[in-house]
Amino acid sequence: MTTTPPPSLYKAQEPIFPRKVKGFFRTFKWWIMAVTLGIYYLTPWIRWDRGVNLPDQAVLIDMANRRFYFFWIEIWSHEFYFVAGLLIMAGLGLFLFTSALGRVWCGYTCPQTVWTDLFILVERWIEGDRNARVRLWKSKWDFRKWRLRITKWIVWMGIAVATGGAWVFYFADAPTLLVDLVTGAGHPAAYITVGILTATTFLFGGFAREQICIYACPWPRIQAAMMDPDTITVAYRDWRGEPRGKGNVRKRDKAAAEKAEAQAQAAGGDQTVRYAGTPYPNAPIKLGSGTATISAPVEEHGDCIDCMACVNVCPMGIDIRDGQQMECITCALCIDACDDVMDKIGKPRGLIDYMALSDEDAERAGAAPVPLWRHILRPRTILYTIMWASIGLGLVYALFIRSDIELTVSPVRNPTYVLQSDGSIRNIYDVRLRNKSGDDRVFHLSLTSDEILRIELEGRAGQLSFPVPADTTVLQRVYITARPQDPAASTARTDLRLWVEDLSTDIRASQTTIFNGRNSQ
Amino acid sequence: MADRKIDEETGVETTGHSWDGIEELNNPLPRWWLWCLYATIVWGIGYVIAFPAWPMISGATEGMLGWSTRGNVAQEIVAHEAKNETLVTAMLDTELAELPANADLHRYAVARGASVFRAQCSQCHGSGAAGAKGYPNLLDNDWLWGGTVDEIAHTVAHGIRNETDDDARWSEMPAFGEILEDEEIAATVEYVVSLSNPDHDAALATAGAELFADNCVACHGENALGNPDLGAPNLADVIWLYGGDRDTLTETIYYSRYGVMPAWGQRLTDADVRAVSSYVHALGGGQ
Repeated sequence: MTTTPPPSLYKAQEPIFPRKVKGFFRTFKWWIMAVTLGIYYLTPWIRWDRGVNLPDQAVLIDMANRRFYFFWIEIWSHEFYFVAGLLIMAGLGLFLFTSALGRVWCGYTCPQTVWTDLFILVERWIEGDRNARVRLWKSKWDFRKWRLRITKWIVWMGIAVATGGAWVFYFADAPTLLVDLVTGAGHPAAYITVGILTATTFLFGGFAREQICIYACPWPRIQAAMMDPDTITVAYRDWRGEPRGKGNVRKRDKAAAEKAEAQAQAAGGDQTVRYAGTPYPNAPIKLGSGTATISAPVEEHGDCIDCMACVNVCPMGIDIRDGQQMECITCALCIDACDDVMDKIGKPRGLIDYMALSDEDAERAGAAPVPLWRHILRPRTILYTIMWASIGLGLVYALFIRSDIELTVSPVRNPTYVLQSDGSIRNIYDVRLRNKSGDDRVFHLSLTSDEILRIELEGRAGQLSFPVPADTTVLQRVYITARPQDPAASTARTDLRLWVEDLSTDIRASQTTIFNGRNSQ
Repeated sequence: MADRKIDEETGVETTGHSWDGIEELNNPLPRWWLWCLYATIVWGIGYVIAFPAWPMISGATEGMLGWSTRGNVAQEIVAHEAKNETLVTAMLDTELAELPANADLHRYAVARGASVFRAQCSQCHGSGAAGAKGYPNLLDNDWLWGGTVDEIAHTVAHGIRNETDDDARWSEMPAFGEILEDEEIAATVEYVVSLSNPDHDAALATAGAELFADNCVACHGENALGNPDLGAPNLADVIWLYGGDRDTLTETIYYSRYGVMPAWGQRLTDADVRAVSSYVHALGGGQ
């Protein structure tokens, strides 16, 4: 009969007070935080001269005019395939990094991780390290607690406002928008966006923290499914650490072992003592036969001294020694914490380490440690890298073959052709011409074809050249006509190529299309 | 609670659901999630009070804010018209023939005309303006009543052969079945065919030419080139409103034709009439 009450359907968030830690990965993460936050906050303020007709902001998403500016690159809305390509690269990059390095994105560069790290830094700076924060949490709401809490919240709010504010600068001229926002002249959409992002940054970074990773984010589930036995992840060398024991446990066990040894000597024969002092009470410990030189059972303790350093520094509040867990974002802070302890007690580093899932079993069985690069370089990751790089190279190629003159030809197919009163056949084309440069230009339209065809432009009074202002698109209706006696009038389909030429620079672009004759249907 | 199952590995109760041996742990929800649920319920109640929600017998509850999708559209239309007010004023103040000189204004007129055309004109003239039997093709360079933008605008505003508008285009071809003998009609048909089709009976056509001179030149002109002032079609070109084969021509001459078009000036705003005229003129056949 079970007497335990049914578990509650809900559970309160367990507070986590990550302790300060120093080490290689912590330093590395500080650098990543500085670089990523630096890029995020400062990029909108970089200027880039594009001439008088275009904005001078280096990175600008101009929604109103459907333009995306990235330094020397300008993407128009019809070139959205670049964004699609980058998204595919991001997807393949996720496959690559997850299969090779597990949840490295979560641990180092995910905004949730980076901002939470920053908020914890502020928290530690104002309220003290772990023990002070635990005490403060338990203490009454007196003046000091209010003072510390409010100071912390104000700093958090400052960061949150800056974060929400930086986002909108990517969508408008940053200096102008900043003045507008401060003077109250900004667009309501800007204020609402800043407000929402400020609130989410403040709540997610300050309070929700690991709850976002555990409950809100799909990544842990998706990435867990993408890992394999060779994936590098943060793990505990169970074979080396267990059975764990604190110093006093070790003393007690040593005494018990010596007592057992004495008993064995007194008995004077070969025998096995069931040794109850470790977490593995049934592990057989062979004692020597009748001699005093036996291996001391205290050696059976692993390297883990159960100091809880790895648990205390964990921003997710888990114990890595329990094995792989969905909550683990592989931030590697436990590695730093444990290495520090191992150094102090004179044991080799790496009790908690970056290792493949297969390493634990292999090393327990006595195999030599496998170098990390042999886990990373394998067909799966190489294939991902090739696919990822191919798309990247394709995009770069597509970027460099772009002309700043473009035309797209859309033949009017309702109707397929028009019969003129003299019997000639006319086809109509909607031609979209783009002048992507920063200068006004004169475009000249012409056609080439094996057959005799004539070209006319709607509303251009017989001219084939016309001005196209800088950074604009012009939709021009084009008429192509075959006289009744021309072969193209009676042929079902005639190939032709429409050309657009910038008369000042001689840059040309062309597109093929079809002329439909009388017998086209 | 006798059949509660506890997962050995985690010590957490399972739901009892199992898929291919994988069991679902019955982990507790975070409490903040519960509060979010309550918040959405409160939000939902507020929403129901503020916005149209409950379906009633004739319509739904209106909500305190008085918001409706229809009202939203009406607002957007008003806002849209307010934005275009200067363009519309300028378009009304400009001679139609002068519109193309102002590229922005002309683009607005053509774009506005395109939507008017699709809504009002495409039923007869086709969505691509290619027409159909009895409904003129507006893409070609053949015009019954003239192809300048002002003439097009007059036709659009007043229509053709309708009795609601005194300025409507009006002409009426007699039904020659009551005037000429069948043989005479056949000869006239052959003459009309001969004007654009080399494959004809020359002798019959010559006889028809005399009949044509007696009966038809008054409107269609001496060389059958038509007369846009009277809406008389050019019979020497290859474009036929009802068809250029002998049977159709016989029917046309015998019974006559009487195509009508509404006076759109009575139904559309002045701006819409001008816009759709600009659009038709810019389709390719405008003169």
